[in-house]
Amino acid sequence: MPGNPEDAPAGQAAPVPPAGLTGPVPPPAAQATPLLSLRHAAKSFGAVHAVVDGSADLYPGEAHALLGENGAGKSTMVKMLAGVYPPDEGELLIGGAPVTLHSPAAARDAGIAVIYQEPTLFPDLTVAENIFTGRQPLRGARRIDGKLMRGQAAALFERLGVRLDPGRICRGLPIADQQIVEIAKALSLDARVIVMDEPTAALSAAEVARLFEVVRALRAGGAAVLFISHRLEEVFEICQRVTVMRDGRHVFTSELAGLTADDLVRAMVGRQVAQRAAGGRHEPGAEVLRVERLTREGVFTDVSLRVRAGEIVVLAGLVGSGRSEVARAIFGIDRYDAGMVTLASKPLKKASPAAAMAAGVGYVPEDRRQQGLVMEMSVQQNMALASLSRLRTAGLIRSAAERAFAADWAQRLRLKYGRLTDPVSRLSGGNQQKVVLAKWLGRQPSLLIVDEPTRGIDIATKAEVHTLLGQLASDGVAILMISSELPEVLQNGDRILVMREGRLTAEYPHAEATEEKIMAAATGQTEGQAA
Amino acid sequence: MSATVTARREPSGPPAKVSSRRLTERVFRIREFGIIAVLVVFVAVTAAIQPRFIGSQEIGFILSNTTVFALLALGETMVVISRNVDLSIGSVLGLSAYLSASLFGAHHGIPIPLVFLAGLGIGLACGIGNGLMVSIGKVPSLVVTLATLYIIRGVDILIVGGNEVVAQTLPNAFIQIPKANVLGVPYLAIAVAAVIGAGAYYLRSFRSGRDLYAIGSNPEAARLAGIPVGRRVFTAFAVSGAIAGVAGVLWAAQYQTIDSTAGTGYELQVIAAVVVGGVAIFGGSGSAVGAAIGALLLNTINSALYVLGISPFWDQAIAGFLLLVAIALDRLISVRLAAALRRRSSGVGT
Repeated sequence: MPGNPEDAPAGQAAPVPPAGLTGPVPPPAAQATPLLSLRHAAKSFGAVHAVVDGSADLYPGEAHALLGENGAGKSTMVKMLAGVYPPDEGELLIGGAPVTLHSPAAARDAGIAVIYQEPTLFPDLTVAENIFTGRQPLRGARRIDGKLMRGQAAALFERLGVRLDPGRICRGLPIADQQIVEIAKALSLDARVIVMDEPTAALSAAEVARLFEVVRALRAGGAAVLFISHRLEEVFEICQRVTVMRDGRHVFTSELAGLTADDLVRAMVGRQVAQRAAGGRHEPGAEVLRVERLTREGVFTDVSLRVRAGEIVVLAGLVGSGRSEVARAIFGIDRYDAGMVTLASKPLKKASPAAAMAAGVGYVPEDRRQQGLVMEMSVQQNMALASLSRLRTAGLIRSAAERAFAADWAQRLRLKYGRLTDPVSRLSGGNQQKVVLAKWLGRQPSLLIVDEPTRGIDIATKAEVHTLLGQLASDGVAILMISSELPEVLQNGDRILVMREGRLTAEYPHAEATEEKIMAAATGQTEGQAA
Repeated sequence: MSATVTARREPSGPPAKVSSRRLTERVFRIREFGIIAVLVVFVAVTAAIQPRFIGSQEIGFILSNTTVFALLALGETMVVISRNVDLSIGSVLGLSAYLSASLFGAHHGIPIPLVFLAGLGIGLACGIGNGLMVSIGKVPSLVVTLATLYIIRGVDILIVGGNEVVAQTLPNAFIQIPKANVLGVPYLAIAVAAVIGAGAYYLRSFRSGRDLYAIGSNPEAARLAGIPVGRRVFTAFAVSGAIAGVAGVLWAAQYQTIDSTAGTGYELQVIAAVVVGGVAIFGGSGSAVGAAIGALLLNTINSALYVLGISPFWDQAIAGFLLLVAIALDRLISVRLAAALRRRSSGVGT
């Protein structure tokens, strides 16, 4: 029994009306005890308050949507339910009894299965082993029964309507298949609560339809599904209730019936989404970047694109579609097998970030903590890192020059910081991203590549970053931006290129782009299916 | 090399379920096939030049030299599979060899099994120390075991001083352990082979064994999957230490003269054997059988150079070269495997 016996009053086990319900609308079965409820949970990482006040109730037989923008705290909520991060504050009740989940194993034993946004597989183990890790069927003397295990995996795939060899190792599986393995894993747990963190992000329409059948079957069996998705039409199709979060706080919980997509978006964003006026900037200038039929075997194929001065070109697509890899190849971090990159009509040397930097390319990577910043170094050192050649005399870095340089950029970017000598790890995510931007802007690049520039950044700073990128473009910088967030794509892109499975599948000018068109091109479904 | 040819022939097979499994299985078996092939070729070439090489005396010599290394390789394999490394085994072997062998001098008539138990206990204690620091202290195993390599050797030197255990103090029954043989094959080699077989079977067929592969394959996912990562890694180090302790006793029986340098440098030779034997140095794949064959190959080379009259100075250079070949082969196979698997149409799309 996962419950904590000391904390559970004797009467708590009987069904009681959910007293602490946070939503304005009664749940579908007001008499029933929620299978799981998380109340006023909070979780901070250092100075970052990922979740300030997170609440959710899940009742048997419901699919419950958890919505919020990136950075709203959904993934942290998921990890609290998964036993990965114990909440700092608040309580978690399972079947009405308070519990503390100390580990992922405890969450699993408590009947909670989680499908993470990024598949968490063991590349060296077989598909079947991945599904049954730690729970492999046994035969005599506690040995693993491999044949039975593969049979059970095959039966799960049958239920999901997919063909996947349970005996092959997971290394090299396409992302959609990895997601299928994750879903099969959750099914195999016979969990009462299944948390799905963007399970459909990498799936085709047919696969999504099958997944929804599975969700319905789970509901019919009395399980509760917590469903996280950015595709609102999916939410309306499969869910009965919805909880919206914003900036780490619970906004509301409600029945979905009667709500519109606009209502949900407003609740997520907290205001009317401001649309950038199309064509607000001047005509783009001369071509800065030209990429011709760039190919890296097995990663991306025949990618051709152009970016002109003063233009923001967005590469949209699903995670794993090869966008970041293209950017890395352009900047010279990764090799490419065929094709050519030209910068201001001059061919750019392959596989040499130094050559790319010398030619005036700046690159703000996807993962700022690992790749964009040296976390232990100070704010000013990080900012000056790419401009050291201009800040030194006779090989020595002049710290006064470094400080002046950093102070200048900190002011221009409205950086919120304590002291310039503080380690950069002390800044919030949004301000860290500004430091990365400052690092490259200090070099006055002619081409700036930004990969997911606003991931995990609060809404106010996000808007500042967007404004900043717009200003840079107005000043004549060519910007190649990668983003997975559709509103960001639509708002910032003068042109939007969509990638799918390593190939460019569509291009839309700002005026013609819609979420539906981009999603369709990114997932390979026709628009009819997507709607 | 046969490995690449086979992998190349296969990928365009029928896109049925079975062939993909056959392909992966084949490639994985090849890891061991490849090294067995190298071993066979090496023995054949040497024997062609110097037929004495495949005489029973020479084979018995190679096998009895291999036993200690192969046994150590079993423990090291468990550790390496979990994306860790144990550098302290040479020092543990040395300490255990001296302390256990000196028991014979201190307590006349002490039963031999008790001496083995003592060696096991010494090794286990060292392994537990390593395991605690890695799993609870969260210190990288490279650092922990590098430190204990020196600490244990230092303790050994303190205890031994300028002394040594000499053959005269050891009972005859003890000295005979490595020598007893059937048709030139030492019983000890058979026993060690059985232990390695059992270890490999354990790693393949038991949950806790598979957990080690999972941990080495993706430590973060292992945590999310609820695998008790700390406990499993701890156990791997404890077992590796215990095995090094037992190996120390065997070493004493084999060499009979034990001073404070016993087992110096063995850790690197064992890691070389493990990697040559196809265990991925960053964890997740490989087998104890492969590692043992790796140990056999390195010892065979050693003996072959001797038999052929080549200077033993070449020995280390050739071992190093083989290591590079093994790593290159490993890389080649995994790249090819990844490409082959990528080419195979997704199960979902069909």
